[in-house]
Amino acid sequence: MKFSIVYGLGIAIGLTLSPLTQAASDTPTSTGSAPVSDNAFNPAMSLILSGGYTHTSLDPVNYHIAGFDLPPDAEAGPGSRGFSLAESELGISANIDPWLRGTANISLAPDNSVSVEEAFIQTTSLGYGLSVKAGRFFSGIGYLNSQHSHTWDFVDNPLAYQAMLGTQYADDGIQLNLLAPTDQFIQLGIELGRGRSFPGTDSSRNGAGSTAFILHTGGDVGDSNSWRAGISALNAKATDQTFESVDTSDKKVTNTFTGSTHVWIADGIWKWAPNGNATRTNFKLQGEYLRSKRDGDFTYNTSSTDAYSVTQSGWYLQGIYQFMPRWRVGLRTERLDSGSPDYGNNQANVVISTDQAHKHTIMLDYSPSEFSRVRLQFAKDYARGDAADNQMFLQYQMSLGAHGAHSY
Amino acid sequence: MLKKNFLIGLTAISFFALGNSAHAALRILACEPEWGSLAQELGGKLVEVTVATSALQDPHQIQAKPSLIARVRNADLVVCTGAELEIGWLPVLLQQSGNAKVQTGQPGNFAAADYVHKLEVPTQLDRSQGDVHAAGNPHIQTDPRNIALVATALGARLQQIDSGNASQYAQNLASFSQRWQQAMTRWKTMAAPLRDVPVVSRHKAYVYLYDWLGLKEVAVLEPKPGVEPTASHLQEVVASLKSTHARMTLYSAYQDPKPSEWLSKNGGIPAVRLPFTVGGSDAAKDLFGLFDDTLAQLLAGAKTK
Repeated sequence: MKFSIVYGLGIAIGLTLSPLTQAASDTPTSTGSAPVSDNAFNPAMSLILSGGYTHTSLDPVNYHIAGFDLPPDAEAGPGSRGFSLAESELGISANIDPWLRGTANISLAPDNSVSVEEAFIQTTSLGYGLSVKAGRFFSGIGYLNSQHSHTWDFVDNPLAYQAMLGTQYADDGIQLNLLAPTDQFIQLGIELGRGRSFPGTDSSRNGAGSTAFILHTGGDVGDSNSWRAGISALNAKATDQTFESVDTSDKKVTNTFTGSTHVWIADGIWKWAPNGNATRTNFKLQGEYLRSKRDGDFTYNTSSTDAYSVTQSGWYLQGIYQFMPRWRVGLRTERLDSGSPDYGNNQANVVISTDQAHKHTIMLDYSPSEFSRVRLQFAKDYARGDAADNQMFLQYQMSLGAHGAHSY
Repeated sequence: MLKKNFLIGLTAISFFALGNSAHAALRILACEPEWGSLAQELGGKLVEVTVATSALQDPHQIQAKPSLIARVRNADLVVCTGAELEIGWLPVLLQQSGNAKVQTGQPGNFAAADYVHKLEVPTQLDRSQGDVHAAGNPHIQTDPRNIALVATALGARLQQIDSGNASQYAQNLASFSQRWQQAMTRWKTMAAPLRDVPVVSRHKAYVYLYDWLGLKEVAVLEPKPGVEPTASHLQEVVASLKSTHARMTLYSAYQDPKPSEWLSKNGGIPAVRLPFTVGGSDAAKDLFGLFDDTLAQLLAGAKTK
């Protein structure tokens, strides 16, 4: 593995030298003769402002997904009740030099904490359909994983993402993307990372804590339809991953997991717009299937360790219809299968849920311009298994500054 | 694990091999149909042109879809309007293509608006003014004088990129320019009755056409650029047209005809559908047909009253 990456980088560095020699003098010159200040090279800046009101019938403090162990810091559930500010996201990007581009997305959380959501450099001129990204970035697995929350079609990510990827899998590492020289879109992605977030954990190991392989293909059907589909595999290592849980007599216990997790994802999206003109009406059908297999050692309440394995899965299917300019309606249905975990000697200690989480969501959004959106969403969330949590969200999402281009 | 690595290596190598294989024709991806048509005029048999969008699509709002990423990946030259028209989708295509030749600033990246004098360059940039373009109005293809300027620049770019065929490109450009100049003289004579005719626009898409023909824009149906016409704004337009008369409302093939038809019914001003680009009407088969048909529609519209 190490060898192939070094080899790849060798090619990459070799290739970066060629475009410079191609660059010629034919690029048009600016007609403006105003004195150029240092600020003229300021990067493109954008700011996402988001917030809203949440009403839930069950207290979000007790939110959990039946049959899925999640670390205490996992972002799952509807968030806090009442009025709240959502994440504000500051995006900065610019070309660094003729060969590299840099992007940072800084997340300002409502609790006044600041986190680096993404900070990466990316090659622009390797050619041969090749591009390399390094730093912290959302993994390219699946369809929704790499999408920023302000581009989601619902307030929240599907349960399958919350339960198996900690809502969105971001890692520190390197990504290599290769686009085939064919008319059919075929893209291969390989990622090596630290494995710093769920289903992995940060640790002091050398080498890679996570690897991912991604294959996507797509195309058009006539003028009105386009699609993309793919398969991805993520392998992440966890060391002493901590879960807060309860024992058979409802007493709080702390369990840990050390081992590896394989997540396979099949994703597909189909977009329709009359004659390919999405301005008035358009429709989008999207679905993903996630399957997670965890193997390793499970320690019950910091005392009893034994082998553990479980295979779990989940899917969602959603449709978004823009029925007139500015107005869209969306439906989403989803279900999880928590599988039959094998805890070895710990089997008698842990509470194994037989409930299968599922959820149905409907949303309506209105976009006064392409920079603003307000959304109303209702969900019947059976994530806890037995009782339905009736959720209502009213949300706004605004984009200021640089005009961001959105990926498919 | 080793086997897996080997397979990936093999895939990578086969991708490289395919990428390096020689192609006879220069592959051009045009963002809009007018530039596809122009590239075909100037390249002839030496080029293979594909067009990213059609006349029935709004060039401001295109999805960076997989088929387009694949086409940018394989292009030798990308010919677009520039002036931020494609800002919502072209940067993603360029970034994801992994194609060094067509990145901004490279000879393989041609922005037509760089070669014309742009109108409506805003003095103040603020989104409260709608979807304004910092570089000026990008709909430059509605003035044939701009097409002539872009043709000269694109001809030179083709000669630079495919220098082995430079003389053929020069010959194509000379032939096109001669035919274009003749057509412009003809159009100018035909269009004489249109001078100072007051018109209403659906979108600020025709400032260059008005500048060329001397048409007078007295109202716009969009309250702000890129904002769909609202009922209240349409009422305001009808009210304002009582004092300032207009002869017709112009809208483009890709746009919803309803607001223009509403004005036609309620304000008594005929709605005229213009092709806007090549393929926007049956007659607009190429650049010559585009202006023949645009003038025919305008003259017919001006005569209705």
